[in-house]
Amino acid sequence: MVIAERLEQAEARFAGGAFAKGTISRDGILDHMEASEMHSNSSEGEESEPLPRSLREKPAKSDRTDKKYVKNDKRTKAKNGDQSLDAKKKTKEPDEISKRVLSRSEKYQRGFKPQKDEEPGKVRSKKSQPKLDHARKRREAAIVDAARSEVLLAESAGFLEAEGMERTYRFTQKQLAENLDISSAGKIFDLKLNEFGPYVLDYTANGKYMLVGGRKGHLATMDWRSGKLGCEFHVRETIRDVSWLHNEGLFAVAQKKFAYIYDSTGAEVHCLQKHVEPTKLGFLPYHFLLASTGMTGSLVYQDVTEGKVAGEHRPGYGQCHVLKVNPYNAVVHMGHGNGTVTMWSPKQSQPLAKMLCHKGPVQAMAIDHSGTYMATSGLDGRLKVWDIRNFKSLHEYITMRPAQSIDISQRGLLAAGWGPNVSVWKDALATQVYEPYMKRLLPSTTISDLHFVPYDDVLGYAHSNGISSIVVPGAGEPNFDAYVANPYQTKKQRQEQEVKGLLDKLAPETIQLDPNFIGKLDPRTQTQLAREQLERERAAYLQNKAEGKYLDNEVKNKMKGRNSTAKRYARKRQSNVMDLKKLQEMERMERELQEKEAKRRKVPEEEKGALNKFYTEKRQTR
Amino acid sequence: MKVKALSRSTAEYTRETKSDIQRMPRNVNPELHPLERAREYKRALNSAKLERMFAKPFIASLSGHIDGIYAMSKNPWDLDSIVTGSGDGELRMWSLSSQQTIWRAPEAHRGIVKGVCSVPGGSSDRFLSVGTDRLAKVWSRSESAIAADGVTPETVATYTGKHAFNGIDHHRTRPLFATCSSLIEVWDVDRSEPIANLSWGADTINAVRMNQTEVNVLASCGTDRSIILYDLRTSSPLSKLVMTLSTNAIAWNPMEAFMFATANEDHNVYIFDMRRMDHAVNVLRNHVSAVMDVDYSPTGQELVSGSYDRTIRLWDVNRAQSRDIYHTKRMQRVFCVKYTQDNNYVLSGSDDSNLRLWRARASERMGAKSNRQRASVEYAEKLKDRYKFVPEVQKVLRQRNIPASVKKASQTKQIMLQSRKRKEENERKHAKSEAKPRVPERRKAILGVTSR
Repeated sequence: MVIAERLEQAEARFAGGAFAKGTISRDGILDHMEASEMHSNSSEGEESEPLPRSLREKPAKSDRTDKKYVKNDKRTKAKNGDQSLDAKKKTKEPDEISKRVLSRSEKYQRGFKPQKDEEPGKVRSKKSQPKLDHARKRREAAIVDAARSEVLLAESAGFLEAEGMERTYRFTQKQLAENLDISSAGKIFDLKLNEFGPYVLDYTANGKYMLVGGRKGHLATMDWRSGKLGCEFHVRETIRDVSWLHNEGLFAVAQKKFAYIYDSTGAEVHCLQKHVEPTKLGFLPYHFLLASTGMTGSLVYQDVTEGKVAGEHRPGYGQCHVLKVNPYNAVVHMGHGNGTVTMWSPKQSQPLAKMLCHKGPVQAMAIDHSGTYMATSGLDGRLKVWDIRNFKSLHEYITMRPAQSIDISQRGLLAAGWGPNVSVWKDALATQVYEPYMKRLLPSTTISDLHFVPYDDVLGYAHSNGISSIVVPGAGEPNFDAYVANPYQTKKQRQEQEVKGLLDKLAPETIQLDPNFIGKLDPRTQTQLAREQLERERAAYLQNKAEGKYLDNEVKNKMKGRNSTAKRYARKRQSNVMDLKKLQEMERMERELQEKEAKRRKVPEEEKGALNKFYTEKRQTR
Repeated sequence: MKVKALSRSTAEYTRETKSDIQRMPRNVNPELHPLERAREYKRALNSAKLERMFAKPFIASLSGHIDGIYAMSKNPWDLDSIVTGSGDGELRMWSLSSQQTIWRAPEAHRGIVKGVCSVPGGSSDRFLSVGTDRLAKVWSRSESAIAADGVTPETVATYTGKHAFNGIDHHRTRPLFATCSSLIEVWDVDRSEPIANLSWGADTINAVRMNQTEVNVLASCGTDRSIILYDLRTSSPLSKLVMTLSTNAIAWNPMEAFMFATANEDHNVYIFDMRRMDHAVNVLRNHVSAVMDVDYSPTGQELVSGSYDRTIRLWDVNRAQSRDIYHTKRMQRVFCVKYTQDNNYVLSGSDDSNLRLWRARASERMGAKSNRQRASVEYAEKLKDRYKFVPEVQKVLRQRNIPASVKKASQTKQIMLQSRKRKEENERKHAKSEAKPRVPERRKAILGVTSR
């Protein structure tokens, strides 16, 4: 098998590295960490409690003592009592610290604003106010606990720092490999696969397995760290995209005519005929939906557990080659040939949002994990960063050639593949940067696809001559949550996670731009809602009227028939029983008829003319 | 160049031997947990569904009595035993763990056994019973051994009253008991005549209950629609409350000595504060027929009530709607209910001569739980509590299959109440503003309160 051989070669190349190198660099890291800790301690010398690293970096905003908070935080105080006893010097109360933790732990607040001062209750009910207060206190305590739990995180993120005249983007992978520990250096490899390229690739959510697909039909899965091949086979038709499903047990492939699902042994499990000529695949892990777009330009969602099509949309912009799933809210973003990006939910036939991003076809797209930033590249040569909370453009980067593929890492590194080049920018989303963090050139190739490996400092990219993997320090999240994605997952754990995942499978309806809309209270009362509805209708009517959309008779529904309430009443009560009311009604109708007749102009004899003999006086009585 | 890339050592994240536990590192960073609200909601919905799936409240029906069960008593010092008295004068003691009769007195009374109560104190297993034969008898399982099956054992003591008794209750600390007939008589166990007669103009007293915490207070309810509180120290009444319909039973809150619940003929259970009886603290309104008996859970937070509509309802004392409803096809009019002292079970005695044992929380299972199991149950409870106001979850949690007759009756009752309300509103519209003031539901059933 082709890949197995290549992997062996790659391994052999790095097997010679000395362990000593690894230990040296590790010691260096330890030194660095200690230094940084010393530094942070000196800046906040009075603090007795060891704080999470990320919190220590910022200076304290307020040092005022809050009496209320002392009262609030008895619980945490009691809980952390033994910890604080251990501390060498105690100059501040623990609650003061947790207050500070609370004010700075924005990450864990989820939009919740801790109460500033002793505010009077806003709720009128005496019964509800204490409950709300209690809930607020619980929430504050939870935020503090979450922030404090950061000290338990075992790993710290990778980094690459230049010294003196050095520039980080000048470092080659070879130089990096010399300075890295053996296991990290082993992650740099190139697989030469020049027969069936260009390739596309995908990693599982825990970053352990890689799936590669060659344009000309070559498919392989592997545990890329150990170089163990899962399956490898040839489908003998075009492969346009590949995607893992919820775990390494199944994967989907966009082939020439349809999408197919294969299992880990490479056996074909399903042929998804609803996906016609697919070009891009996306998987929504919490909804178990496989989304695809294709030559027809339509977006198809298929539930991979039941097999039902959960939604099918036709954006109407022609064939589409760009599709990405927003990991924050599971909205599918599509990039179109006219430069627009549309965002879709399976159950809504209209896009949730449309953005005009480029003056030319959209080439690639990437969305960051917090759901805040989107990066797009277009044939106009721009690489733009957007804030997708308010659909505003933030910055633009120019690549020499239009970027063919972009990705954003877990820690916010932006990578773009343009022509034979791969560029990685650091801090490029929130701020504009002017030079890349890292770059690499692979002469005489074209980058076709690139992906950061989750929970690792590795960028994998596919090109016309095979697959390459480079180390990008600081790309991956150092601390994984074993209940979300575990690179060291055992078979038992995988099975359990699969079952749990299926139990928690979300309905397609829950996909919205704001994923937290569920369980939120609509504070409007029923009367308010009714009034708003009425006002909307009235406004629409007035506007239509102002635009002259109504003719008078259109507004007033003036029927010309002979129907009247009285007649309907009489007709309804047609029975042999003649009661007084009915008689009265009939009399009244008779009288009205006669009056009406009396009002009519009598037609003189001479006006009747030749058709005289057909003219009869209207029946006068009933 | 300073460089460090992530490289985890496999040894730190995997277990060494099979006997070790798996390492499961956590990271609570919200970015790693997308769609958490939606997933939590889904879990809440699932746990609500599971709760309904596992809701099997009925445990056992203990048969043996020949006539309906009209009196029941639990012993606060003994979780296992329960004493019941039936319409044919038979008394039985049941063991709840073995679900069998462990003692019986076939001809304990001539006529209906109207009341039984245990003698407090862990040392004796004595209990008292009263019947329509004007006798109050003291029994003991250990002191009067059974001669043969089917033969009534000897009583420890017998007291003769002047009228047919309706109920009995024992003092918590002193050797006193109170019986009710047309008046309330307080007996000393050592004397053959009552030591005090208490009455305040009632025809017949339905029930008498001594407060088990504030031990000198006694509550009674009569057919003249009154609820009267007496003080045993002065042998005089404290206050009298008259309601629109008469009260069938009274239960004192075991945790809050001044609160008591009453089972009323008007389908409602009223909770009163004895210090301020001009309004009910809460009105529990779901039954569709007269409530026959009511009992507090030992925590004082929950109530169980049995009704003439053949159902049992469980209540949270702070809510107006019942938490759950229990019924079976064979259960007839319920005349007595009890919450067991371990807060886990509910007992009901009904017209069909069966004593029924129910779970207090329909979907809960007894038995030892592993830590993981307990954690998962607690998590599910919390989730349900958090999402109980979301319509889908609420619908699952609320839905109950109830007998057609009860459903129909509750619909009819709803229509009647609405029409009454409408009529009242119409009258109010055509009256002077002060002529028809709105009366809160908690005061509606109260005609008056007097105190001496």
